[in-house]
Amino acid sequence: MSEVDILSAVTPALPPDEPEFQQKEMLLNVGPAHPAMHGIIRILAKLEGELVVESDVEIGYLHRAFEKSCEESTWNQAIIYTDRLNYVSAAINNIGYCMAVEKLLGIELPPRGQYIRVLMSEISRIGDHLTCVGASAMELGGFTVFLYMIKGREYCWELIEEYCGARVTTAAARVGGMPYDLPEGFLDKCLWVIKEVREILRECDILLTNNRIFVERMENVGVMSAERAIAWGWTGPCLRGSGVAYDVRKDFPYLVYDQLDWEVPVGRRGDNLDRYLVRMEEMEQSCRIIEQCVAKMPGGPINCSDKTVVLPDKKDTYGNIEGLMNHFKLIMYGHGIRVPAGECYFPVEAANGELGFYIVSHPDEHSKDGCNDRAWRVRCRPPCLNMVASLPETINNYMIADIVPTFGSVNMIGGELDR
Amino acid sequence: MFIDFGIIIGKIAFVLVNILNGAGILTWVERKQSALMSDRIGANRASILGIRLLGLVNSLADALKLIFKEDFVPPRGVRVLHFLAPIFAMGPVFLTMAVIPFGPPIELWGRDIKLQILDLDIGMLYVLAFGSIAVYGAMIAGWASNSKYALLGGMRASAQMISYEVVLGLSLIGPILVFGTLEPGLMVNAQNTYLWGWIPQWGVIVQPIAFLLFLPAAMAETKRAPFDMPEGESEIIGFATEYSGMRWGMFFLGEFAEIVVLAGIMTTVFFGGYHVPFLFDAVEKAGQAGFHFPWGSYFALGEVDRCDLANACVRCEARDTDVAPDADSLDVPAFSIRSIDARVMEGNAAGGPGEYRDYGPCHTVVGEVK
Repeated sequence: MSEVDILSAVTPALPPDEPEFQQKEMLLNVGPAHPAMHGIIRILAKLEGELVVESDVEIGYLHRAFEKSCEESTWNQAIIYTDRLNYVSAAINNIGYCMAVEKLLGIELPPRGQYIRVLMSEISRIGDHLTCVGASAMELGGFTVFLYMIKGREYCWELIEEYCGARVTTAAARVGGMPYDLPEGFLDKCLWVIKEVREILRECDILLTNNRIFVERMENVGVMSAERAIAWGWTGPCLRGSGVAYDVRKDFPYLVYDQLDWEVPVGRRGDNLDRYLVRMEEMEQSCRIIEQCVAKMPGGPINCSDKTVVLPDKKDTYGNIEGLMNHFKLIMYGHGIRVPAGECYFPVEAANGELGFYIVSHPDEHSKDGCNDRAWRVRCRPPCLNMVASLPETINNYMIADIVPTFGSVNMIGGELDR
Repeated sequence: MFIDFGIIIGKIAFVLVNILNGAGILTWVERKQSALMSDRIGANRASILGIRLLGLVNSLADALKLIFKEDFVPPRGVRVLHFLAPIFAMGPVFLTMAVIPFGPPIELWGRDIKLQILDLDIGMLYVLAFGSIAVYGAMIAGWASNSKYALLGGMRASAQMISYEVVLGLSLIGPILVFGTLEPGLMVNAQNTYLWGWIPQWGVIVQPIAFLLFLPAAMAETKRAPFDMPEGESEIIGFATEYSGMRWGMFFLGEFAEIVVLAGIMTTVFFGGYHVPFLFDAVEKAGQAGFHFPWGSYFALGEVDRCDLANACVRCEARDTDVAPDADSLDVPAFSIRSIDARVMEGNAAGGPGEYRDYGPCHTVVGEVK
């Protein structure tokens, strides 16, 4: 329902002779200039007192033509646009996009590359969940928790920075491989970070989980049943909070997730508290995954051996003519990676849920091999679009103050919502 | 008459300065304490010529900033009410402090001065009456801003403050009944007695449940977390949404001042006011000023109390004394007197003839007399 619809629904309901101050319902714009709305979303709420009787969500404030930009750039150039999807856990987006392209190419990474991808994904996931839980707690007044958790996220982001030199816009994957091998001592640092994160989780668990003020504002608020959640296309921690054990990593295993020992936490009631608890437990599971990755980290190459996809070593580029030609063939305009015509959909489990890339490679009639150096269509399935689309269902008939924890537990990220 | 007027002005100034200072320091305490809890350093940047005072200067900087910020009035707001609301929020809080006694009557320049601005026999009613006025500040602010958020905040603030006002008022009924008076000064004096000779008869002892009700109600009244719904900074931003500059500051100054004032009320009603338990002056304990603990020990404060040899001329009729202090020589070395009849002549230091006051027999006076 658009703003005009709601307005017209409110106004004619008044009898013409009734004075205006007896109007019972109030239309309230929550956002975009509202502290809890990130500046990029507007909730139009019809209030009866403080009760939200009807609401509408307006998105699109951060639309920047992500998909079109990807279609305008070559396969590898599009990676930096995926950084901007869920900017809190950018490495997962990079890896998801690259794996979609790799599926079209029909190539697979050697084990070390796969383990590094899992490692990066899980470090990013911990950072994302820490941010989400910390920010929700802060919006309920728990500023201490926010700072503790941001400290934890800082450790995670320092790891990512050490790997790829960037904290937010990581570009931590390439089609057919990873940009860098692990730096020295990285695995030991991972273990240290895991230890610190677990300590932070323990502290925050004490601060929040049995905190009556926190629990009373989260429990039985923003309830979404499993059926409705599936109907809306929910995925990720929010769906698991509603009691559906769907996790792309378990149900459609990619990389080496099926070789690792970890569990999928689920909630029971589908309220904000369950979503919070699921996120807390998922961080612990991610810690377990990282531990196993560190223990099992194999040696060997990180990139696949296909020279038509992966850039040669720098010593080859500068050292021999074949390497130099290989490099130019991959970099030059109109050449690049030759992805055969076809289409594919590849989902990964991002921090918010199923992040899928649907990619169409269309044959270029001008090229000899019938391949194209860029995607004809890139469609991103952002996880939090479905959650935000169903936001009215989770905030209607609750108090206006309940918008904040519900909205926080959905973990809307403008980058992937508006693309 | 001018002196009386001056004394009143002086008392008002004293109370005002103390409330404002208290409020300023409380903002600092809140910032530093929450910083400590959440692994931060807290306010520490503002400095005057490099002097930071652990961040205390920040309060000054805040005040300066607020004063010089634009005083914005929403275009469709009600100007007059918008102007009045912060005054309603802050004024009554300061007025409430008028009836809180902050010390026993003192004698200065031949006048008995009560350390209390307004000695009302219905003091506690006055407190409740002025406490309720502060609600208007939030309500009017919400209304005058012509903002839905401010309106919601104002409604919340008034709903919360009125409901906790009831608790606040009713929790004071118990102590009022026990002490049998509405007058804060008399209430304080009524708490200067001892149950079974050793428990101070404080409001918190004789009316513990009233205190347990009063404390959270006072926290709600001052809108501290977890009762910070009217502010609701994460969802409705609160009744002060459309306020800026010092007008906004006045709401929060009022809030912090209210902490000081409610602490004053709490001390008056539940914690014996200005009386320190087991501390007696010479009149009550036969010349032995200091702490007389119920288990018998005695901690002397100062010298032989009002036998202040530097100021008063003392004539002691020593009985079983080791050393009889010479009345005329004021630089007697250390002395110990087992039992004396201390007869003190209060007068000027010149030692002119004055009135003797009998303080009865003193026991075990051990002290050093300059």
